[in-house]
Amino acid sequence: MSTALDNSMLTLVTFIPVAGGILLLLFPRRDRDIRLFALVVSLLDFVLSLHLPVHFQRGQTGFQYEVNNLWISNPNIHYHMGVDGVSMWLVVLTTFLTPLCVLISWKSIHERVKEFFILLLVLQTALIGVFVALDLFLFYFFWEATLIPMALLIGIYGHERRVYAAVKFFLYTMVASMFMLAAILWLYAKTGTFDFVSIQAAIRNGQVENFAGAAPWLFLGFFIAFAVKVPVFPFHTWLPDAHVEAPTAGSVLLAGVLLKMGTYGLLRFNLGLFPEQSRSNAWWIMVLALIGIVYGALVAMVQPNMKKLIAYSSISHLGFVVLGIFSFTQTGLDGATFVMLAHGVSTGALFMVAGILYERRHTYEITEFGGLATPMPVYATFFLFIVLASVGLPLLNGFIGEFLVLSGAFRDRAVYGILGATGVIWSACYLLWMYQRVFYGKVTQQVNMSLPDLSGRERAALWPTAAVALVMGVAPLLWLNAIDPAVQTALAPFAQLASKVVGR
Amino acid sequence: MNSANDMAQVIPHAADYVRILPEIVLAIFGMIVMVLDPLMDERRSQRTLGTVALVGSLAALVATLFQSQYPGLGFWNMVRVDSFSVFFHFLVAAVTVVVILTSYDYMEVQGIRAGEYYALVLFGAVGMSLMSSAVELVLIFIALEISSISTYILAGFRRRAAISSESSVKYFLLGSFATAFFLYGVALMFGATGSTSITVIGDALRSGHIPVLAYLGVALMFVGLGFKVAAAPFHVWTPDVYEGAPSPVVGFMSTAPKAAVFAVLLRIMFEADAPGRVWLIWVVAALSMTLGNIGALVQDNVKRLLAYSSIAHAGYLLVAFAALPNNGIPAAMFYTTSYAAMNVGAFAVISHIGGKDERYVTLEDYEGLGRRSPLLAAILTIFLLSLIGIPITGGFFAKFYVFSAALQANLVGLVIIGVLNSAVASYYYLRLIVVMYMREAREEVPVAPIPLGLGTALAISLGATIYLGVLPGRVLDYAARTAAEWAR
Repeated sequence: MSTALDNSMLTLVTFIPVAGGILLLLFPRRDRDIRLFALVVSLLDFVLSLHLPVHFQRGQTGFQYEVNNLWISNPNIHYHMGVDGVSMWLVVLTTFLTPLCVLISWKSIHERVKEFFILLLVLQTALIGVFVALDLFLFYFFWEATLIPMALLIGIYGHERRVYAAVKFFLYTMVASMFMLAAILWLYAKTGTFDFVSIQAAIRNGQVENFAGAAPWLFLGFFIAFAVKVPVFPFHTWLPDAHVEAPTAGSVLLAGVLLKMGTYGLLRFNLGLFPEQSRSNAWWIMVLALIGIVYGALVAMVQPNMKKLIAYSSISHLGFVVLGIFSFTQTGLDGATFVMLAHGVSTGALFMVAGILYERRHTYEITEFGGLATPMPVYATFFLFIVLASVGLPLLNGFIGEFLVLSGAFRDRAVYGILGATGVIWSACYLLWMYQRVFYGKVTQQVNMSLPDLSGRERAALWPTAAVALVMGVAPLLWLNAIDPAVQTALAPFAQLASKVVGR
Repeated sequence: MNSANDMAQVIPHAADYVRILPEIVLAIFGMIVMVLDPLMDERRSQRTLGTVALVGSLAALVATLFQSQYPGLGFWNMVRVDSFSVFFHFLVAAVTVVVILTSYDYMEVQGIRAGEYYALVLFGAVGMSLMSSAVELVLIFIALEISSISTYILAGFRRRAAISSESSVKYFLLGSFATAFFLYGVALMFGATGSTSITVIGDALRSGHIPVLAYLGVALMFVGLGFKVAAAPFHVWTPDVYEGAPSPVVGFMSTAPKAAVFAVLLRIMFEADAPGRVWLIWVVAALSMTLGNIGALVQDNVKRLLAYSSIAHAGYLLVAFAALPNNGIPAAMFYTTSYAAMNVGAFAVISHIGGKDERYVTLEDYEGLGRRSPLLAAILTIFLLSLIGIPITGGFFAKFYVFSAALQANLVGLVIIGVLNSAVASYYYLRLIVVMYMREAREEVPVAPIPLGLGTALAISLGATIYLGVLPGRVLDYAARTAAEWAR
């Protein structure tokens, strides 16, 4: 299947957005043209990225669409990219959400429009790069590269406390990734390569000197960087601030994709490179994940601010992902990956609908609304659909992933499954309660009577998410049959570990 | 070349002049500038003299390329042209080009009318170039003085500003003190080994017994040179001097003379195999990084902020000196280059934004720059990101090579201090970026459009910063070859 197109596909998908961004630099400041161009670029990227799942060899393990060229000889850095079933879908998730972000920012961004779309496109390249990079250096580069455009998007286009949120976001993730950099450099010093596949092989074959002593620290180095991004429970405090202050498109990408960088990293690097340490540290990580699920949900319940509520719900949902990953079961990991995708779609959509309301009323306070179903029936329907998807109603996307995660966690240890299952109940509570307060009953405030319903552009942004949420719920196998082999590969060393223990 | 015969033969050979060709070119052009200055119409002279100086520094670049084909010793083994000296000659000449381009419009805006400015820049470059090729301590001392005296005067060029005179006098007094230390160290070294030639000293020290005097000599020379590169605890002059001196001059003196002094340090530390090197540098590097970064945290003046940042960067650079030669030398050379590129660029931006009498140099004046002048703000942001050490800028690989060299020498403690410091440092650079992009200007401070000279200067330094960040291989390989040459 190795055609020229397949080989250059990942490069194209990764760099088309930033190329579009550079072209935008040359555009005159006519906002309409700039928006249209950004939309065209991101749609083009989406269409191209669909090539990946269409021609993906399902049932085959290992990476596909690989490119591997020498970039810098000292240090030994390769331009090595490739995807497996997990990262491929995350790439498609990114390219799927970006055009919607452009649509949703059409009117809400009216100052410094050009810079906004340039930053958005640069961010997209960096995000895709994180998922496709197979060279640790390249990965680190893209990882850090996501920070700058995201921080600028928050800091320039955000709400009142935007600067505080942007700086907090930047410093939190920057400091945490220093630990990962240190771990990467250690691995490089001992193996002489940044290549993920080679390092993995070297570790499995025991060719890395002093590995046994250093491994717990290396594991922690990677873990801290990813845990801040996810965010895992005690590292989550940047998230609500960043979300509340970010512009809608920023929130969509932040919740939809950026957080997945963390869980993807846990799956790819922590499990992939340090299976034994993952096993031995799993218990406290599971506990943190459970705390995250319950704590996030409880805090979400009492939020008066709609966006903050969604932000805390993300902490809760991402807890499921971590729970699934560290259950080390096929179903758990399948579920974790599926939750990543489902959460990306439905929480992205939640932020979009919240943003639509903000554009009309310039507030996120739940008490400012009430009875909105009367003036905005179409909007209310979309909102309900997305809330139900997020809650995990069967036949919609949220259900599949959470079900798989919980059954995986249950298999690992029953108490994990039971505690985790309460999270599903909580999420129904806070989301439906919010829905009730915002949409049902009589219209409480006069201004809300005359709110316009969704425009054509807003519908165009919401329809795809609703459709995908439904398809993911009805036909999850479309996704899972690509995810499955990747997860099996990730779990292979754990099976060996288990047999080693049994054999003893 | 047979040295015994040469000693007898007092008349230098033609080949000797090739060994100092770039210095000769720079000095001749400097003198042309001096001679032309009084002959010219006052109002016209600025640009013409600047152009002469620019041609001079470009000619020095060409001379360096020419010279690189004739490596070897010259002038009774006092200078040596090798790939190391060519590297630093090139760097000094390139920085000089950028500084002259920046000065064009700066001088006009400030209304400073003085041809000797350009002459002094060129004379300074003579000293700096000579420092990197001199392999004899007395010649190094003379070169150091040539470079220092030029920069003392340059620092005081904003004659109407008292702060600039203060800067000049302070720099002069403390600088002379430091050179005296260096000279004392040279004398002790001569006492210990019986020679002032670095090669001979190196052989003597490697032969076994190391006299106590040699340790003292190294320490005193290090004090003198440490002052010149603004390493803690010899750094206290830096913020005041940088604040008062004209911005293009700060761009100049924070990069070119530093690069030259680091070249001297490399020769003394590695080629002469200075005893007691590691612990001495360990302490100074750790102190410089920490004090520099902590000092920078509270600065509200951009020039002072970058002054403290330059102290910290001297610290990072010194980390490489504590490493093993075959990793440390290339790492230090690479760091010097990328630091020169990003810092001279940053000061070029600052000198433009400063406006008349450098009024706009506080953080407040940078508020809303992202809106007032998006291009300048974006360029300065890239330089700042490089100073932080974000990938695809030269600053990243610079730190990377230095820290990995130190790791290979098992200096884990120093690397940890360095990495923590980089994390702290990102705060104050970010603060400037935040101010530029996320604050609205309180009053509209005008930013003049970018003139041609400055534009070229920025293009060169920006291009170099990105080039070193994307394709660091060529520069590093060159530096590694140099290290291999030394190891012989």
